[in-house]
Amino acid sequence: MSALLELRDVEARYGPVQALRGISLEVPEGQIVAVLGANGAGKTTTLRAVSGTVRRTGEILFAGRPLRGSPEGVAKAGIAHVPEGRGTFTELSVLENLRLGAYTRRDRDVRGDIERMAEHFPWIQERGDQQAGTLSGGEQQMLALARALMGRPRLLMLDEPSLGLAPMIVREIFRIVRELNEKEGLTVLVVEQDARIALDTAGTAYVLEVGKVAVSGSSASLREDDAVRRSYLGY
Amino acid sequence: MTEFFQQVVSGLASGGVYGSLALALVLIHRATGVINFAQGEMAAFSTYIVWTLTTNHGWSYWPAFAATLVVSFAGGVGIHQVVIRPVERGSQIRVVIVTIGLLLLINGSMTWIWSGEVRSVKSPFPTRTVDIGGVAISLQDIGTIAVSLGTVILLWLFFRFTKVGLAMRASAVNPAEARLVGVRVAWMLGLGWGLAAVLGAIAGMLTAPSVFLDPTMMQAILIYAFAAAVLGGIDSPIGAVVGGLLLGVGLNLIGAYVDFVGADLRLPAALLVILVVLLLKPAGIFGKQHVRKV
Repeated sequence: MSALLELRDVEARYGPVQALRGISLEVPEGQIVAVLGANGAGKTTTLRAVSGTVRRTGEILFAGRPLRGSPEGVAKAGIAHVPEGRGTFTELSVLENLRLGAYTRRDRDVRGDIERMAEHFPWIQERGDQQAGTLSGGEQQMLALARALMGRPRLLMLDEPSLGLAPMIVREIFRIVRELNEKEGLTVLVVEQDARIALDTAGTAYVLEVGKVAVSGSSASLREDDAVRRSYLGY
Repeated sequence: MTEFFQQVVSGLASGGVYGSLALALVLIHRATGVINFAQGEMAAFSTYIVWTLTTNHGWSYWPAFAATLVVSFAGGVGIHQVVIRPVERGSQIRVVIVTIGLLLLINGSMTWIWSGEVRSVKSPFPTRTVDIGGVAISLQDIGTIAVSLGTVILLWLFFRFTKVGLAMRASAVNPAEARLVGVRVAWMLGLGWGLAAVLGAIAGMLTAPSVFLDPTMMQAILIYAFAAAVLGGIDSPIGAVVGGLLLGVGLNLIGAYVDFVGADLRLPAALLVILVVLLLKPAGIFGKQHVRKV
């Protein structure tokens, strides 16, 4: 099993604050990998280091090749990053958001993919012209997810999809992610504070503490780990 | 009544010019968040190009017009790449100061290249009038309205229906997000400057026949364009055009029917519009409060 994404000793800082202190992790092709940890542990920065929205050192390999450069280049390489806090263009319509998701693609089947998205998210059909900013929080998160999928990414990176959403909607979003993974073999790297649902969805997980990987392993083994259970699962 | 309609039509013609230049201001304001004070001088410079091509090189008007648009587009992109982009990341006041510097630079270079002498630019439209329902309307006015509104419609189609147009809008409203979907935001901003320069060039070329061409030709027009953009809503492209037309017609009618407002008071009237709108409805007619559900 080869790793689609591999981070080797990645460090990043915001001014004087070192956010990542040497993160190494692997995301095998076709799997869902979760990154857990408290606020400020470096989860979001890990994703930002991959997508090139923060300066970093260390090596990042994507499909065996060094990944470097700007966010535009990373998007083009096939990595879709759904940032924290509903990454949608609030002033553009739902359909325009979806069309933008397909921006890096050269083929003409964008319409077909929009229909495919409407199968996952039926409300897209009748509300295509609605301004994205007027959608509910859950719908915006789903739109952000759909937009990311429009680029037909090889790797989907989700940052805290559960943030501020009702439990039922969170379950629905993770159900769709799992479905995409099972049916289409989509590789997913998800950062999540809700450890329970993340471990239920992912095969492997990494727990970060102050910018380092504290524990990692299969979701099943982490659920058994006392420290992880106490700190993140709360029982 | 006949005179009233004539005033309205000629108001629409000058309003089309204000609207085009206002639209240029709005494009750059949406993308960069600043008012481009050099917009008027850029337009005047473009007008000198069409004058040089037609007068000194014997080009006929429309090829020269098209060539001027191409050169202006390249110039706009170039200005963005060379002088705006390096300061874009800092505070907006830096960009504003750079545009004021550009104003002086372009103004000075026009005087240097073409001397400050007043030139006359011929009109592409015949000077005749046509009779429409008993109202004599000049073809010059009709042509001006047609060209400026045609440009606006083309631009609207471009933003609404093309991939690049959509990417430009995305870059303007949320640049960080746009980069994540793979849009080269810096190029899109440059493209915006290019389009703004084209709009300015059109406004300048439509203005020149009815006034005379000199390096300060567009300075008053720029004030009207500010007023139009503020009236319509500084972030609203439709607002810029509607604001321009309203202002053009309004100023014309006031000039014709209110005795004490002659040509002298047109400019102060435009400034009054800016002041009143900013005091009573700062967002303008079409400027909307951003709708957002959290």
